[in-house]
Amino acid sequence: MTTPVLQAAARLRAPSRWRAWEIVLWVAIWVTPFAFASHAALISEIAIFALFALSLDMILGYAGIVSLGHAAFFGAGAYGAALFAKWVMPDPLVGLAVGIAVGALLGVLTSPLIVRGTDLTRLMITMGVAGVLLELANKFDNITGGIDGLEGLVVGPLLGRFDFDLAGRVASFYSLAVLFVAFLLLRRVVHSPLGVSLQALRDNRLRVAAIGMSVNGRLAAVYTLGAALAGAAGALLAQTTGFVSLDVFEFHRSADVMLALVIGGAGWLWGGLVGAIGFKVLHDLISNVTPEYWTFWIGLILVVLMLVGRERLFRPWTWWRRGSK
Amino acid sequence: MLTLLFDGIAYGMLLFVLSLGLAVTMGLMNFINLAHAAFAMVGGYVLIVLMQRAGWPFLACLPAAFVATAALGALLERLVYRRMYGKSHLDQVLFSIGLTFMAMAGVDFFVGPQPQVVQLPAFFLTRFQFGHGAWQLGMGSYRMFIVVVCVALALGLQALLNGTRFGSRLRAAVDDPRVAAGLGIPVDRVFLITFAVGSGLAGLGGALGADVLGLDPGFPLKYLVYFLIVCAVGGTSSITGPLVAALVLGIADVFGKYYVPKLGAFIVYVLMIAILLWRPQGLFTREGRK
Repeated sequence: MTTPVLQAAARLRAPSRWRAWEIVLWVAIWVTPFAFASHAALISEIAIFALFALSLDMILGYAGIVSLGHAAFFGAGAYGAALFAKWVMPDPLVGLAVGIAVGALLGVLTSPLIVRGTDLTRLMITMGVAGVLLELANKFDNITGGIDGLEGLVVGPLLGRFDFDLAGRVASFYSLAVLFVAFLLLRRVVHSPLGVSLQALRDNRLRVAAIGMSVNGRLAAVYTLGAALAGAAGALLAQTTGFVSLDVFEFHRSADVMLALVIGGAGWLWGGLVGAIGFKVLHDLISNVTPEYWTFWIGLILVVLMLVGRERLFRPWTWWRRGSK
Repeated sequence: MLTLLFDGIAYGMLLFVLSLGLAVTMGLMNFINLAHAAFAMVGGYVLIVLMQRAGWPFLACLPAAFVATAALGALLERLVYRRMYGKSHLDQVLFSIGLTFMAMAGVDFFVGPQPQVVQLPAFFLTRFQFGHGAWQLGMGSYRMFIVVVCVALALGLQALLNGTRFGSRLRAAVDDPRVAAGLGIPVDRVFLITFAVGSGLAGLGGALGADVLGLDPGFPLKYLVYFLIVCAVGGTSSITGPLVAALVLGIADVFGKYYVPKLGAFIVYVLMIAILLWRPQGLFTREGRK
């Protein structure tokens, strides 16, 4: 091979290398459940939310599909895992696999719906799919428990040894572990040819089609992947809290996760994690001050963020410069 | 049976007036404004506050709701919306969701979270009955009023868009803002007026519909989907498209809720997905007619 080719290959590989700060951050994340054992439930909640945001990041940040109905997959995974635990077997890992499978199946089934049309059509269709599932879950409340939630959900011990305790210690390790595995997997995916082609496709769909790549196939693949991960997040929620209700399909879930992702920055893997932590911290801070009106401040933050330009959030030195469009 | 049909038409007309402003900003100005439903809610609350606290008569509150929301729309357009025109759709979506959240919390703060009840004047409470049996037609006079107002608005807007100088300026500004500006059309002002009128219509619709649709701080999220469906299904390049879509949606929703109440919005969603798959650009578009 000639030198330019090698250089190009090295440049392509460079972003996939682990940075020191990434390793430090992961170590720090793994220390938290030991250091803040009393907040284990919160840690588990944030980890699940981060996984959910990460799954949206694949769809929105990497493939550029605008989705306002990502809760559809989250809810499907949650109900899949919960019903499986209730009727078939209570093992959490098998339940997680079922949740992932349900999410992925739904993703495969709905992916033909999102590959065509404009942003607006996609927005409507994703919202509509979540709405249809919500209505179905409401209709068949003899199976799902409807608004009151599914009753009699018992989840067995993790790996046959660790029971889920009330303080949520086991849950926090479990959720973090799943998040970590998903992160490693996605890290591999986004730096693979598939991941690179997705980013190309997000930036210019026509050109990607022109160099002979199957746009629809790739979109369907990443949509399914995102759906499977959202299903995993839903399954985790059902298992760690031992409760599922119609709430998992609600619109505010889709909106919250999008908001978190935007706060963290879409289009890089840490966006989901940073956003989930940022969102929960913001939520906590604001609702301590004004518990009823916290949506006002969230709205204000969103509006200001969009006016300033979300790509400038992490570049404070550009804040006071005149914006270039 | 006919009564249901009539209720569906009244409901659809209401949806039409509510969504029209959204269709205009989305189709003509290429801006996804999810805060549109928040404008409708503000209109409804203007009506409530004027009636309950200032003691205004109902009919005087309707134009007031229009003017107040239009003014608010103009102000916001001038201050913040204008900067968002060039941004990506995702930014616009998030921006307007943020505005919606602020409006909901604001209304909650100033008026309170409880659902509001409109005291209709006595002459709107009468009911007319025609025919009997399966073909009985019962018409509430308030719903008749809604239909009349909405038809008048639709005809008026159609005339405004197609027959006046302002209408042709707007269409020119939309098709190619640069050339339009070059020809001396004040594009910014045309957009400002259009946005204000669209918001005002939403406010008027919210005030008109406060009795039929109900009004509480959750209003924007509850009905936003319906407005978006009207625009997405009807296409956004004409007035006829949203009109037909709104009527179909209104009738389907009323019948669905009457015959299979438990499925609720299910029928509407499925219908929407099916139509969008069949015609991704909406039922009536300029592209589709070619």
